Amino acid sequence: MGRGTRGARAVARTAGVVAAGAVTAARALRGPGRAGRCRPADVTGRAGRWQVVTVDRPPERVLPGGRRPEPLRRLGDGVEVALRPAPGGRGTELAARSAGGGPLTGPAAHLVGDDPGLLIRETLRQVKQLAETGELLRPDRSPLDGPVGPG
Amino acid sequence: MRALCWLGADGLGVREVPDPELRNSADAIVRVRRSATCGADLPLLGGRGPSLAVGDVLGHEFLGDVVEVGPGVRRHRVGDRVVVCAAVACGGCWYCRQGLYACCDNGSTGAAVAEQAWGQPTGGCYGQPRSAGGFAGSHAEYVRVPYADVGAFAVPDPVDDDRAVFASDAVPTGWLGAELGEVRPGDVVAVWGAGAVGQMTARAALLRGAARVVVIDRYPDRLRSAERHVGAETLDYQATDVAAELRERSGGRGPDVCVEAVGMAWDGTGPRSLADLFAAAGRGGAVPDRPIAVREAVHACRKGGTVVVLGTFTGFVDTFPLGAVMHKALTVRSARQHGQRWIPMLLDRMARGEISTGHLATHRLPLEQGAHGYDLFRERADGCLRAVFTP
Repeated sequence: MGRGTRGARAVARTAGVVAAGAVTAARALRGPGRAGRCRPADVTGRAGRWQVVTVDRPPERVLPGGRRPEPLRRLGDGVEVALRPAPGGRGTELAARSAGGGPLTGPAAHLVGDDPGLLIRETLRQVKQLAETGELLRPDRSPLDGPVGPG
Repeated sequence: MRALCWLGADGLGVREVPDPELRNSADAIVRVRRSATCGADLPLLGGRGPSLAVGDVLGHEFLGDVVEVGPGVRRHRVGDRVVVCAAVACGGCWYCRQGLYACCDNGSTGAAVAEQAWGQPTGGCYGQPRSAGGFAGSHAEYVRVPYADVGAFAVPDPVDDDRAVFASDAVPTGWLGAELGEVRPGDVVAVWGAGAVGQMTARAALLRGAARVVVIDRYPDRLRSAERHVGAETLDYQATDVAAELRERSGGRGPDVCVEAVGMAWDGTGPRSLADLFAAAGRGGAVPDRPIAVREAVHACRKGGTVVVLGTFTGFVDTFPLGAVMHKALTVRSARQHGQRWIPMLLDRMARGEISTGHLATHRLPLEQGAHGYDLFRERADGCLRAVFTP
């Protein structure tokens, strides 16, 4: 399980035993398209930590049509994805991690500015926001985008 | 358009900046009628907390007219006069569903940075650094309002602009203070800080049935204002022993609810306690963020009572009396305001005259005098409670 914590292992275990209603979706997660088998993350021993967000929507709204939504598809095959219902009616817990074999992970990667965990976390936030609000919130244009005029 | 910008070492100045534009379908563009200063701006200007970028537009308490709406906006039309909650929230996440709008998961574009700072991302706010929202401030001719159906509210005709502007932040923050304290009929409530938020907290406590509300400050004009416009009792902390006075006024028990509405905006006159002196000595004489009013509130509060922290803190504080919290079985609560929950109700109360806010706008200035307005506000000069700008 590499660097997985107890909580992450719980998510990983759950990924294999998701509720019946979510099984179809869980299978669809195993690759950028509809099919494909998931390579166990600990085969290489370098899988990253699970990144998890709770989406205040049911699983079918998090993964419409049982497919990875666009932000997750961009990450390709190198990312494992799992989901399960969140307790207390809080929606769906959506998890993802690097499947291993890729670049450095964890603090070492953070130090060199190439932590895939950050990218995965940002991607999960985007999936969550799309499910909850329908679009990604954009910042105002920064003053740095154009010169500030004189007073 | 013209906007009041942070200019780095040059302070504040009105500059020409690009007009805002619709960036999301749920956005509206509002032409600003009034925009007020707030104590939460001062740490930013003082270089404490997250950094502004040169050219950032300040301001988060405002009202105006809707001049453009995105295709996803349902509740508002061009021409509506609206007050906009200072906190930006999506209305669709779990936190928003619980009414915890300031904790919104989708209200900021700086989630990653906020997660580093606070452990979790929080909702956004206008006129803050990119990490705290990504939205330009309201000290401008126009402002973009994300999630307009969630954060903008039509203003009843009887409430004029100079009063309605405070429904954006000061009034809901005060209401939050009384709500977090769960003020009940018969309670004795003490409020540290007689600024706009402190006064609105005191008013909210009285409306919830508090038997006695005592506001603490050192500025005579602010104390008079709290007495006259809110109906609160007052204490000048420079003229009396606050803890002893509060004991005396609460039958020896101490106040049931103590609300701190000061934050980092305390007067800055140097260490006021041995704890501060020790903390300063450990930092080569530099005085750290001082939760002086929080300490006093913890000390004064009755056993089993509630201390509410409303003032803005941006980082760490030293010398927090955790022992007193434990031994007196206190509850300590805090939040940024969840105004979307209360603004319609508060506007109705303002329309009925239950909450007075017009007196808070002590200085009404054109936007061009924004820098002067902040000077007055920062220095509490000329009786300034809030400077309110008209673009």
